Amino acid sequence: MAKSLIVIEHGPSGLKRSSLHPMTFARQVGDSYALLLLGHRLDALAPTLQSYDATSVLLADHPALAEPLADRYAAVIAEVACKESAQTVIASSSTFSKDVLPRVAALFEAPMVSDVLAVENIDGVSTYKRATHAGSMLANVRVTSDRCVLTIRPTSFAMPAPSSSLSPIEKLPVDETSLPKGMQFISREERVSDRPDLSDARVVVSGGRPLKDTETFERLVGGLADVLGGAVGATRAAVDCGMVPNDYQIGQTGKIVAPELYIGIGISGAIQHLAGIKDSRVIVAINKDPEAPIFQMATYGLVGDLHQLVPELIEALRRA
Amino acid sequence: MPLAKILVAFKSVPDPADAGMSSHDIASKFVINPFDEIAIEEALRMRERGDVAEVAGVTIGPAAVDEQIRAAMAMGVDRVIRVDDSRALDPYAISRILCSLVGREQPSFVIMGKQAVDDDSNQVGQMLAGLLDWPQATFVSKIEFLDNYSRACCTRETDSGLEVIEVSLPAVITTDLRLNEPRYVSLPGLMKARRKTIEVATCEQLGITVQPLTVILSTARPPKRPAGTRVDSIADLVARLKNDAKVL
Repeated sequence: MAKSLIVIEHGPSGLKRSSLHPMTFARQVGDSYALLLLGHRLDALAPTLQSYDATSVLLADHPALAEPLADRYAAVIAEVACKESAQTVIASSSTFSKDVLPRVAALFEAPMVSDVLAVENIDGVSTYKRATHAGSMLANVRVTSDRCVLTIRPTSFAMPAPSSSLSPIEKLPVDETSLPKGMQFISREERVSDRPDLSDARVVVSGGRPLKDTETFERLVGGLADVLGGAVGATRAAVDCGMVPNDYQIGQTGKIVAPELYIGIGISGAIQHLAGIKDSRVIVAINKDPEAPIFQMATYGLVGDLHQLVPELIEALRRA
Repeated sequence: MPLAKILVAFKSVPDPADAGMSSHDIASKFVINPFDEIAIEEALRMRERGDVAEVAGVTIGPAAVDEQIRAAMAMGVDRVIRVDDSRALDPYAISRILCSLVGREQPSFVIMGKQAVDDDSNQVGQMLAGLLDWPQATFVSKIEFLDNYSRACCTRETDSGLEVIEVSLPAVITTDLRLNEPRYVSLPGLMKARRKTIEVATCEQLGITVQPLTVILSTARPPKRPAGTRVDSIADLVARLKNDAKVL
């Protein structure tokens, strides 16, 4: 049986749930897997990871790893992958894994496939499906070396079911002197939000440039999201003009969402934005231009003035 | 002391503005990958500010990509090396080629776009940094030099907002959308570009053998979503969301 090493991500609010999804991928291809968590003061996070049938839960716990700096993290991950005799290193797609895993691939001397959507076994060899050209093409990719690095799209693989057996926790020695020191963490902008995380929200409400300013965006898009208990997203144009922060951006180069319900407000539907929403179950579009491309993809389309329709929708949902 | 040389890596991609475009065989027009164009612009601004003496470019491909090389030169890139290779290389192979070229060119740092908009892999910059054992700053929206150009302070766009890191130079930097807005190519720029020479190198001359380790077996269009319904009022929309789609 082949073995995978799965890199788990965490943040100020604990383990990132979507970073557990690669276990579903590994189970599907029939690999055994070890989980690797890097950081500082990980003791409280580790027990949750014990109930997922991993061969072991590996902790690289050291003050030098307190911040996810790519050079240090990649060095540790590649070393652990070699020690564990893993053929595959996997993580969920995120800015963390996009930063660190290609560097792991270089150290692990292996090719990498990004954003895997599905895996199929053809003649005993794994074939990976991934999107290219802003989601307008799907490619079937095969790796010809015996090692590889993968990121999987968390919206394409479900949260793994827990099991009753407990995986052992293993604390790894971290030799600070051998870690690269060319990168230093300075600061992170911490924004507190009561809204759910975009990547795993059940409802996403997203807005475009016609919202005009931060106040209107928050009142209409934010207001609609709150009445539905949803997350807030935006187009690149809305981020570029400073209406909302960069982490709201959905699309080819931003976040990929696949909620039960996506509502696009004043979004015409550039291919780059549609790439990030096309797997949503229900898509609603409200736009004044009846020719807007988003209407071709929308489950329900409503043509009209968002400044009139959105308050009406918020009111109707409040009454409902 | 200001820096001697920046190496900008760029790729030719099918024009993303070209509607219906989606793969090399049917694309009618090619352009510099938009993220790499941002990297070129940033390098040029650094030269114009006196941070660096020379902006050298590198791209990989057959002679057909000379058109995008001329465009980069017209923006102001001083010289460009084209590694002549027409194979479908994967990011790992590309990083290894760039790594050997960095050995030859000895730049003060390397800058490129965070991803190519055709392949969408987002790997080459990080892999190159790993192969070189250099620090990396990815998805960057702001760069400032510190301590007599020995380090760079970079603001990065991440899933949770903005992050600031410092990297010692040399390093690899990959650019995000909001770093700058690339200039338009001017007519005098185009004229000047014609007089610049494109240096052609092969993997053999660089002393490196690369094979792609990933193979694209097939490509297909994704299935289309079934055509939706136009609703004519908020009441109609809410009723359908509740009764048909059952999402409320």
